[in-house]
Amino acid sequence: MAVGEVGTRPRERVRGRGSRTPYLLIAPAVLAMLAFLVYPMASVVYYSLQHYNISKPWENGFAGLDNFTRMLTADPLFWQSLGFTARWVLVEVSLQLVLGLALALIVNETFVGRAAARAMVFSPWAVSGVLTTGIWVLLYNPTTGLSRYLADLGLMDYGAAPLANPDTVFAAAVLAELWRGVPFFAILLLADLQSIPRDLYEAASVDGASRVRRFYHVTLPHLKDAIILSTLLRAVWEFNNVDLLYTLTGGGPAHQTTTLPLYVASTAVQSQEFGYGSALTTAGFLILTFFSVAYLRLSKFGART
Amino acid sequence: MSTDLSTLPPADPAARPAPDQPAPARPNRALRVARWQIYLPLGLYLLFTLVPFYWMLVFAVRPRGSTSLLPWPVSLENFETVWNGLGFGVFFANSLKVGVAALVSTTMIALAGGYALARYRFRGRTAFMVAMLCTQFIPGAMMLIPLFEVFRSLDLVNSLWSLVIAETVFQLPLSLILLSGFIRNVPVELEEAAWVDGCSRLRGFLVVVLPMLRPALVAVGSFAFIHSWNNFLFALMFVSEQEKYTIPVGLAFTLGEFSVDFGALAAGGVVAAVPVVLVFAIVQRYLVQGLSAGAVKG
Repeated sequence: MAVGEVGTRPRERVRGRGSRTPYLLIAPAVLAMLAFLVYPMASVVYYSLQHYNISKPWENGFAGLDNFTRMLTADPLFWQSLGFTARWVLVEVSLQLVLGLALALIVNETFVGRAAARAMVFSPWAVSGVLTTGIWVLLYNPTTGLSRYLADLGLMDYGAAPLANPDTVFAAAVLAELWRGVPFFAILLLADLQSIPRDLYEAASVDGASRVRRFYHVTLPHLKDAIILSTLLRAVWEFNNVDLLYTLTGGGPAHQTTTLPLYVASTAVQSQEFGYGSALTTAGFLILTFFSVAYLRLSKFGART
Repeated sequence: MSTDLSTLPPADPAARPAPDQPAPARPNRALRVARWQIYLPLGLYLLFTLVPFYWMLVFAVRPRGSTSLLPWPVSLENFETVWNGLGFGVFFANSLKVGVAALVSTTMIALAGGYALARYRFRGRTAFMVAMLCTQFIPGAMMLIPLFEVFRSLDLVNSLWSLVIAETVFQLPLSLILLSGFIRNVPVELEEAAWVDGCSRLRGFLVVVLPMLRPALVAVGSFAFIHSWNNFLFALMFVSEQEKYTIPVGLAFTLGEFSVDFGALAAGGVVAAVPVVLVFAIVQRYLVQGLSAGAVKG
C-alpha cells in the first residue's frame, strides 16, 4: 500500500535543495485542500457553537454548548443513529473482509478463464450507491423481484418485501452493500497477495506445512498491514456511506437504518438546521478520529511480525 | 505474474519432466488447489455478482407488460422514455462534463504534486504527505454543510463547477500519492540523460517521464472519472436546477417517484452503468498491477 511511504526518504540523488520549485509544484494541491477541506472543517467547529438555521434567521446567534447538550441529553435519534452506524460498519466491514479475502485467494490461483472471472467479480466496485439501490429495488420488489419468480416456481410465498419489513430490512441493506463492497477488498488484497514470493509457500510445503498452516503462517502475516489499512479505510468509507441507505431505505422504517451521516444529511437538507447539523458533524469527526487512532495503535500497524 | 501453464489441468503426466520423483508427486503438487475448490465457490460468487446485473438488463429491454426473464425480444421503449422523457440525455451530458473536468484537474494537480514528492526533498515534505493521508479519513457526507456554505459564498451553488471542485479535492490526495509512487519508480538517470542533452526540466519530464506513466495515469484518471460519475450526495446538495442534475440524482428521482416505473428505472440504471463498466473493463487490469507497483518497496 502506498500509505507505508510516510517517512521513507527518496532514494534518488537529492537536487534542488532550497529551491522554490517543489513548493510551486505542490501549491495547487495545498491551496485546493486549504480552501475546500481545511477551512470548511474549521467552519464546522465554529457553526457547531452557533444557532444557525437558514429558514429561521431570527434565531441565529452564539449558542455556546447548547447544540452539544441537546445532542447528548435530548436527542434519542443521535444515540440511535450512532448505535446503528456502529452495527452497520462492523457487519459490513467484517463480512466484506472475509468474502473479499476468500475471493482474492481464489482469483489469485491459476485457472482457465481467470482474467474474465476477475473482470466480472470486480465489476460491482465501479457501480454507484444509487445504481446499487436501483438494481436491488428491482430484485427485492414483490412484483418484479426474485421472490416473485421463486414463488411462481412454488419455492416460496408471494408478497415478500424485504425492504418494508422491519425484521429483514437490515439484512436486505447489508446484502446489497456487500454486493458492491466485496470487490474493494478483493482488489486491494489481490494486489498484495501477488507480492508474496512463491518460494515462501514452496519452502513451507517442503517443511510439511498444510495449506491451512501456510495460510496462517505465510499469507496472513504478509497481508497484515494491507488488511489493517483496508479495513480502516473501508470502515471510514462505510461510516460515511450515505448514498445507498439514503436511496434504498431512506433511513427507515422508523429511523431503523439511519446512520449518523445520514442523520446529518437529513438535518441539513430537510430541516436546514446547519448549527445543530454542524455539532453532529463535529461529534462524528471526533468519534471517527478516536477510533481510527485507537485501531492503528491496537493493531500495531507497520510493526514487524 | 506470468501465466503458469504448468498448473493447468494435467493432460498427460508423462509429458512433463518429473525428475527423481514418483509420478504423483509433481513439483508443486502440494501447492495446487483442486479445480472444484476454485470453480465451485467462484461460480457461486459469480451468480451473486451477475444476477443483479442481468435482472437490470432484462427489465430495461423487455417490452411493457412482458413477464419474461429472457432479454428477448429487445425493446428500446424504456430507453426512449428515460433518455428523452425523463431527461437522462441532459443528465448524461452533465455527468460527462463533470467527470472529464474532474479527471483533468485531479490528474494535473496530482502530477505536479506527485513529481515534487518523488523528486525533491524539501522542508515540510513529510508534513505534506501526512496531511494528504489524513484527508482519507474525512467523511465527505460530513462536509456537506460547510462545503455548501463555501460554494454559496463563491456563488457556485447550482453550478457544475461546485461538483468539479468537490470531486477534485476528495480525489486529489490518493491520486497524488499513487502518482508519486509511480514517478519514483522511473529511474532518475533517464531524466538526467535528457538534461545532459539540453532538455529543460519540464521538457525532460514531458518527453521521458510522462510516457512511462501511461498505465498510472490511466488508473488514476479512471478512478477520478468513476468516482465523479457516481457521486450522489454533493450533486444532490449543491445543484437543485433540474437541467443541471447528474445521472445519480436523476436515477434517485426515478426511484423516488410515487409509483416506480420499473422499466424506466432499469433503463436508467443501464445508462448509468454503461460508461463506468466500460471504463472499468478497460482499466481493471491496471488497477491491480498499479496498486501492487505503487505499493512501497523502498
